[in-house]
Amino acid sequence: MEKKTLTFGILGVFLLILSGILETSNSLVESLGSTQSYDYSKYHSMDEIYRWMEDVKRGNPELVSSAVYGHTYEGRNITLLKLGLENPEGREKKVIWVDCGIHAREWIAPAFCQWFVKEIVNSYKTNKKLEQMLQNLDVYVTPVINVDGYIFTWANDSTRLWRKSRSTPPPGSSCYGVDLNRNFNANWGTVGVSFDSCANTYCGKSPGSEPEAQAVMDFVGRMVNQTLCFLTIHSAGQLVLLPYGHPEISAPNYDELVSVGEAAAAKMKKVHGMGYTVGTSPQILYPNSGSSRDWARLIGIPFSYTFELRDKGEFSHLLPEEQIQPACEEAYVGALSIVTYVHEKTFGSGTLPNASVFGVAMMIWSIVMAVSLTTGVMV
Amino acid sequence: MSLRIIVVLAVLTGISGSPSVTVGPEADSADMRAHPNSVPETAEKTEILGQQEVIVQEKVEENVMATGELNINHYPARRAAQVVQHYLNTRYGSPYRLLQLHKIHRGNAEDVADSERKYELEISVQELMGNTTGNCSAEILFPRGERQHSPQVQASCEELLKINTKAQEEALYQQYKMNSGLLSAQNLPDSYGHIEPDMKPFWHLGIVAASFVMLNESSENTLYNMAQVANITQLATENDQLKFDCHILLHEMVSQEIIHWKLLFTWSPPDGVKVLQMEQLPHRHEGEKPPNTN
Repeated sequence: MEKKTLTFGILGVFLLILSGILETSNSLVESLGSTQSYDYSKYHSMDEIYRWMEDVKRGNPELVSSAVYGHTYEGRNITLLKLGLENPEGREKKVIWVDCGIHAREWIAPAFCQWFVKEIVNSYKTNKKLEQMLQNLDVYVTPVINVDGYIFTWANDSTRLWRKSRSTPPPGSSCYGVDLNRNFNANWGTVGVSFDSCANTYCGKSPGSEPEAQAVMDFVGRMVNQTLCFLTIHSAGQLVLLPYGHPEISAPNYDELVSVGEAAAAKMKKVHGMGYTVGTSPQILYPNSGSSRDWARLIGIPFSYTFELRDKGEFSHLLPEEQIQPACEEAYVGALSIVTYVHEKTFGSGTLPNASVFGVAMMIWSIVMAVSLTTGVMV
Repeated sequence: MSLRIIVVLAVLTGISGSPSVTVGPEADSADMRAHPNSVPETAEKTEILGQQEVIVQEKVEENVMATGELNINHYPARRAAQVVQHYLNTRYGSPYRLLQLHKIHRGNAEDVADSERKYELEISVQELMGNTTGNCSAEILFPRGERQHSPQVQASCEELLKINTKAQEEALYQQYKMNSGLLSAQNLPDSYGHIEPDMKPFWHLGIVAASFVMLNESSENTLYNMAQVANITQLATENDQLKFDCHILLHEMVSQEIIHWKLLFTWSPPDGVKVLQMEQLPHRHEGEKPPNTN
């Protein structure tokens, strides 16, 4: 009798161990497969992107989680991936926001968001600096904000250059869609917009009238106090745009925004020799209002940039697939440069004795004060 | 005892420096706060009512501001330089030669004779197929106010046409002159940015023909690029010129619009591209019935 129980016990343990091995090797294959067999140098349909997000999340559960934070006009999920590691001291995480695909035809932007996630997933285990940053920061990446518009650009040859969302025409019009990057609540409707629903810069009927824009404002709005950096990715033009789109309003940290932007552009140029111009939209492109970048800065997020990726007009939005890799490589360097700066500014580059001594001094002082106040003992 | 504590704390505070040495963003209150420069809600509403005026005002201010020495990174110089690019392509472009703005070195703008704006630019231009660059001095005259006509461009470039394209042009010309199988191609480039290698010369021809339109349509408030050759069809050769009918899509950056044009043009190696007819196609919206075609 006892022998049988023992045998069963050993068999059970053996099976447990075996299934454990199989599971880990499966997830290993999965995590390798999810990022390795996906072709980041090709443009992907929305179905493929949704599936990819699931795969990345499942393959890297210690780093990646996802959230649906809104729905498009046609009812589709607006999904983000959250990249972050546990903070070893249990400190509150700060937030970095990256979004792509506000404009449907700018296919290189969603391609970049996927590349960005892949780079982080593939390098954080061997890159100590990146690992440290991920312990302090949660990076929220939305590969496609304007899902309806993006899907529409895949419908047929004549829809490829669609820009706006796919909201139905307002009364009296036959034209679909709102320019989501004119719909945010930031000096809405003041400059660089059209009130004609048929125009490609139609700003909608009121700020945040569009569910896609409202979803971002709601979600990021709840995290505004923790959010250090807001990057919104577009094409084309090879520009790094800082707030504001209104020619008469400038950000209080304009100088710093410029220098951080210039540093990023310098690093980007080193990758493949491509120049990116840095400046406000009214300086280097055109005045505009209601952009997500402006909204982010306006509610207090200190670093807010629009990246306009390749190219400078030869292909514009129809960027060839063979340029996806080099475009993403340089954009990654640029984005990382800004994130690293923001991280260093907030958390320091390692140990800062001054700060910790001051912290300890303040702690002792406040304890002494508290004690003396409560006990009525005059110090 | 308590005095000693105070002294110790004071010393500690002194060593660590002023309290403003922190690592938190909280100290940079100017950065974090939604700052007072924002236009308040009520002001926005009243601004919208008077919006038309506001926008016109700003446009005028823009033009007034961009006078004298130009910032080479700012859009006024960039838009004027783009016009030079279009002009150069109408003059020198071919199936194997396209010129693209490379860098703006210097720029100057001034009001001239009360109704025109004159830009003087020093730029470098790149030959796309060869990656060589050359310097150009250009003068662009934009009409101002009510009189609308195409900008006038004068440009002189040094060492521009470096690459010898004669052989390739002649070969292409001979191949398609014979009318045995007239060319017909669509979507250059396609949705993935792809162009079949032997269709590339026709994509280039489309850009050259489009440059005539883009040159004509340009102003200080536009920035044109060709987005796509939707359709290019070869017609029978006439007077030793290859003849084409094409439907092109232009991207205008400032309005972000895609504008459709139909062009009839000819090309031969000695004569270059000549546009016979150009017609803007109406922007048809979904739900609208197409016009009756004969």
